[in-house]
Amino acid sequence: MNINDMTFKFAGEAGQGVESTGQGFTKALVRAGLHIFGLQDYHSRIRGGHNFYQIRVADHDIYSHDQRVHVLLPLTQVAVHEHLCEIVPGGGVIYDPALSIDESTLTAQSVQAFPVPLEQIAVDEGGNKLMANTAATGAAAGLTGLDLESVSGVIRDNFGKKGGPIVDSNLKVATAAYEFTRNKYASSFPFQLQGRYSVPPLGGKQAPPRMVISGNDALAMGALMAGVKFVAGYPMTPGSPILEWLSVRSKEYGIVTKHAEDEIAAINMIIGAGQMGVRALTTTSGGGFSLMVEALGLAGMTEVPIVVVNVQRPGPATGHATRHEQADLLFMIYAAQGEFPRVILAPGSIEQCFEAAYRAFNLAEKYQCPALILSDAFLAHSPRALEMDALDLNVPIERGALLSDEDLDRLSGPYLRHAVTESGISPRALPGHPKAVYPISSDEHEPDGHICEDAATRIEQMDKRMRKLETARAEMRAPLVYGSPEAELTFLTWGSTLGPLRSAVDVLSEQGTAARIVQIMDIWPLPVDKVTAALQGAKKLIAVEQNYSGQLATLVRAYTGIKVDALIRRYDGRPMSPEYILNQLKGVR
Amino acid sequence: MVELKDYASPVRPTWCPGCGNFGIWNALKKALAESGLAPHQVMLVSGIGCGSKLPDYTTANGFLTLHGRTLAVATGVRLANHGLKVICTHGDGDGYGEGGNHFVSAVRRNIGIVDIVQNNRVYGLTKGQYSPTSPQGFVTRTSPEGAIEQMLHPLAVALAAGGTFLSRGWSGDIEHLVWLMKEALQHRGYALVNVLQPCVSFNRMYSYDWLRPRVYKVQDEPGYDPSDRAAAFVKAQEWGERIPIGILYRTEDVPAYEEKVPALEAGPLVKQPLRTKTAQEYELLKQEYV
Repeated sequence: MNINDMTFKFAGEAGQGVESTGQGFTKALVRAGLHIFGLQDYHSRIRGGHNFYQIRVADHDIYSHDQRVHVLLPLTQVAVHEHLCEIVPGGGVIYDPALSIDESTLTAQSVQAFPVPLEQIAVDEGGNKLMANTAATGAAAGLTGLDLESVSGVIRDNFGKKGGPIVDSNLKVATAAYEFTRNKYASSFPFQLQGRYSVPPLGGKQAPPRMVISGNDALAMGALMAGVKFVAGYPMTPGSPILEWLSVRSKEYGIVTKHAEDEIAAINMIIGAGQMGVRALTTTSGGGFSLMVEALGLAGMTEVPIVVVNVQRPGPATGHATRHEQADLLFMIYAAQGEFPRVILAPGSIEQCFEAAYRAFNLAEKYQCPALILSDAFLAHSPRALEMDALDLNVPIERGALLSDEDLDRLSGPYLRHAVTESGISPRALPGHPKAVYPISSDEHEPDGHICEDAATRIEQMDKRMRKLETARAEMRAPLVYGSPEAELTFLTWGSTLGPLRSAVDVLSEQGTAARIVQIMDIWPLPVDKVTAALQGAKKLIAVEQNYSGQLATLVRAYTGIKVDALIRRYDGRPMSPEYILNQLKGVR
Repeated sequence: MVELKDYASPVRPTWCPGCGNFGIWNALKKALAESGLAPHQVMLVSGIGCGSKLPDYTTANGFLTLHGRTLAVATGVRLANHGLKVICTHGDGDGYGEGGNHFVSAVRRNIGIVDIVQNNRVYGLTKGQYSPTSPQGFVTRTSPEGAIEQMLHPLAVALAAGGTFLSRGWSGDIEHLVWLMKEALQHRGYALVNVLQPCVSFNRMYSYDWLRPRVYKVQDEPGYDPSDRAAAFVKAQEWGERIPIGILYRTEDVPAYEEKVPALEAGPLVKQPLRTKTAQEYELLKQEYV
């Protein structure tokens, strides 16, 4: 018997409710006190195709999915063909007999067949065959011993809005499917769940509440807590959920959100808003970011603080619209003509998404420049269970050298927006005060903001702006290090690859190989000394990146001179898994 | 009391002698002063082009942005601080060419911006190429056989997009232009002031002498009603021997975009606190995920 270590996979066509079913079941697992990691996979289409929602369950915090599946819940025959090979021996498939699955193909792989008349139960108990998905969650719980009450609680929450009869029907469907599966199959299924806590109606102790949250939501929440007041964007997968999250809450929290006519408008709007003094953000993916590039230079030149989120997906061009890659790093660092300071944070976990969002606003205002957040599709969509205090909403707000009305009242001389200072940071007055009436310009300019073609002024202003980069560099945080410096292997990584890598390192450790991870989140300006120190003495240094060329390895070599010994990469649009990393490791060790 | 000299700047214009931009610039300063707006209450947003240098020559808050992006930046400015009067000054290439999508979108939104388009029907700063408002057949360095595209009728486009204040001025009649700008400054929502101006260096064809006898004031036309949308659509396309100037269409019945945004009911965004809720209220956000 294997307890609390398994993966469920709901799979079917777009429009069949794979995602909502997976999400509901995820909540049920977490309410039972278990930890989860969710992986979503979908095609760029509204209907048809093949989607899945995979949930790994454990009784400790987990950072990644893995490739083994224990319970498959297919809604189509295709789903069985696609995923049968992933099911572990002794694992099972819960399916409606109406799908006409050939049981012998399952048993040939030592996979158990669990036919459950899901649609029949939905019709008989609920009066509606659309409740077959509810039946599937009931069956999944029944097979694996999850408290029915955990599933029922989620049904009550999810359908509560639609009124009593819908809730009652769904509860009846879930219960019937649960009983059917439990009575008929549970005793022969070797993978079982034992909630850490049973739920109160059964006399148990309430499980500690945990959030099931993914990177995009955490990032949006971090922006809200940082005081974002203006958000503009143009929908692009996988960046638009951040725009949606803030839009649906805009009225309640006093935010202006604008679905702009295009990405160029979106970034120019936030530059306008940023200059007026509000915290402003835009969110997109690589394609949209490509359109924003000229304006990024405008923010750099005019020293307007803005926050730009790029949730990466595979490129170039449309690439893989709904899939995953980390190939925009070098582009983000160098995007736009000319040279100007910018800050780039690349979160690798859900907690770091939250943190990157509020820090980006502080850094943008402090250094009066664009602050970019480099997230990715895997991080954006993959939920994990977090403790309630994992996101501390009381975030620090630092607005940098921002002059108050009182400061400006006392001003005796003319106000110089781009005053030359040692740090490169010029005290900032917001337009609207009679003592600080000034222009800013995308042209090179004098300290007072007026256009200027003088060579000496050009040098002075370039030097001033670029000094901010060095001032910022001192503040950039050291890489995050997991594991001992004595480790035989050191993995260098960034972004969401951190999760699968942490799981891989755990496996290596069980096998007796000590490994550690150096993750760079504060990626630009690269804190060269801190990165060098973190990598110093690495016995074997291996970069693990979701791109073709090893962009972080390139960056680190360019600025520290440290060359990685090997590169593990992936660029097929599918996120790395621990198994993938361990397999690739065999080739480079 | 605001005076014209409050807008004076020590920075001198680099426009060619005789450029239509001088007239537009003087009219704007006069219109602002006569409207009682002080320089710190005004935000001038421009793009790139000869006319777009106007904010650099004027004492007022200013933002010289990128070519074509004037209205997008100005939209962000207005939504972040609708306590300021936001005025765009940019050319026909900036406004109707590179910025065409922003133009139609700004009109549709009815955002509270006065949009002064310095329309000389040519690209001047890049030394003479045809623009969206150049006539068919216009010969320039990029249209050596004459422009093939039809010329754009910006007022007609704006009317089709739901424009609420559509006007045309001309840089040879300052008094009329001042009046027009003052009316635009009073408008609720997006006000287009499309100003015909000669480019004395690169558009010799459409000179003061060509324009002066053709323009006529639409308000002098017997029976012309600027609230008649169908009539305005005809006038907006009248071009040739007679060119109407003045307010071709106006309605004050449509709310400005910023009037409809819930978060702006509490006043200009920049004056509002970064966080509007208590710590406990924010904690409820987490409950959505349990």
